[in-house]
Amino acid sequence: MFDFQIVTTWFDNLLRQTLGLGDFWSILIECVMVGLIILTIYALIAMFMIFFERKVCAWFQCRLGPMRVGPWGVFQVLADVLKMLIKEIFGVDRSDKFLYALAPCLTIVASVGTFSFLPWNKGAQVLDFNVGVFMITAISSIGVLGVILSGWGSNNKYSVVSAMRGAVQMISYEMSLGLCMVIAVVLCGTMQLSGIVEAQTGPWKWLIIQGHIPAIVAFCIFLIAGNAEANRGPFDLAEAESELTAGYHTEYSGMGFGYFYLAEYLNLVVISGLAAAIFLGGWAPLNIGVDGFDAVMNYIPGFVWFIGKTLAVIWVLMWVRWTFPRLRIDHILILEWKYLMPLTLITLVVMTACVSLGLTF
Amino acid sequence: MNFTLLITVVLTALTLVAGAFVVAKLIGPRSYNPVKGEPFECGIPTRGSSWMPMNVGYYLFAILFLMFDIETVLLYPWAVAVKQYVAAGVGPYALVSIGFFLLVLVFGLAYAWRKGALEWK
Repeated sequence: MFDFQIVTTWFDNLLRQTLGLGDFWSILIECVMVGLIILTIYALIAMFMIFFERKVCAWFQCRLGPMRVGPWGVFQVLADVLKMLIKEIFGVDRSDKFLYALAPCLTIVASVGTFSFLPWNKGAQVLDFNVGVFMITAISSIGVLGVILSGWGSNNKYSVVSAMRGAVQMISYEMSLGLCMVIAVVLCGTMQLSGIVEAQTGPWKWLIIQGHIPAIVAFCIFLIAGNAEANRGPFDLAEAESELTAGYHTEYSGMGFGYFYLAEYLNLVVISGLAAAIFLGGWAPLNIGVDGFDAVMNYIPGFVWFIGKTLAVIWVLMWVRWTFPRLRIDHILILEWKYLMPLTLITLVVMTACVSLGLTF
Repeated sequence: MNFTLLITVVLTALTLVAGAFVVAKLIGPRSYNPVKGEPFECGIPTRGSSWMPMNVGYYLFAILFLMFDIETVLLYPWAVAVKQYVAAGVGPYALVSIGFFLLVLVFGLAYAWRKGALEWK
């Protein structure tokens, strides 16, 4: 298994020993490098996701999607980014200027923050706290503030309604999301994300197999709650364009809208990546206990496994989004509080029973 | 190192926001028109403020959320310890201890349900 730590250790040694830099300068250079890498990957993934979503939704509706700009329309996204950059940025006269400007910052901080937790490969993870999944829920809840402040600060009736809906929906589904992570933690015995993935290496060790029925139920709840948390799919009430113009970001123009657009797609990647890392084994290859097969699977690098699993989950979420009609606000809340929430608690108890009685693989 | 990285990540995010904003300000056009400052509400002039009390249902769910979110927070340390219980050979004890905790909370949820707090009004 390729360990990315080799590269980071090599770079650290290069700075400290070959170039003879002190503690302060080497850490500074490393942090700048990390920042640049995050920005590059973040932007590239956002562009890829926008293109992917357009193509997938087009195919689901028997269309071709963007085809004019470049072969198969691959440069369409670049053209869109350029368009967004050269639009004028202007706000509403009677808006709350401070909250109006603060909201995109919070949204982007929440999405970049959770994005840096994703384990791309063994050793290739920017943030790896020992309270990992707990920290992720903490940072992702900043995103709720972004939604509610942008709506409230805009001084637009549609935006306020949308912000209220988005906030109540996101905080409701946050609980199921958190409880599903608790279920995974019960099975792994650690909150550190790298530790969770590490616990899934080996034959038949992916959580969804290791924890059989309760883990599969938890995975499904995680996907539903994650979809609602990312304001997508049948849960896109906050930006129900047929009734609320564009929802909480109606009053943002140009790049101001671009931030929310970026964050929406990146939140999808983060949710899918977390689902892949926590339940589908992250970078852990598929091992079945047969030597030859395992050797071939271990030969495939970890980041290929992780990206493959993440893309599969993203595709499922897009499938859901373009298949089901939008729910009503009371249906959404009833689904969470009367069905998912008790179901998650029951799954938690069942999982604990399985672990404490040794009924896991 | 972890907290240095966390600060780096937050600064990166803020740089992204500031950078894109500055670029857009520099290369974007600028024109003034009083109508542009109006809120976008179907094209008719806006009446009244948007900052008014909303449906109380939203606040009710927010209060319920507070209760159950703290529950989730309290569950995390226990979840980490379950494996240690099992390793020490007292696995069922973990189940009983959390079972009692969850029972109290489910009782709370049942009470809210019975009282009709989960209905959208």
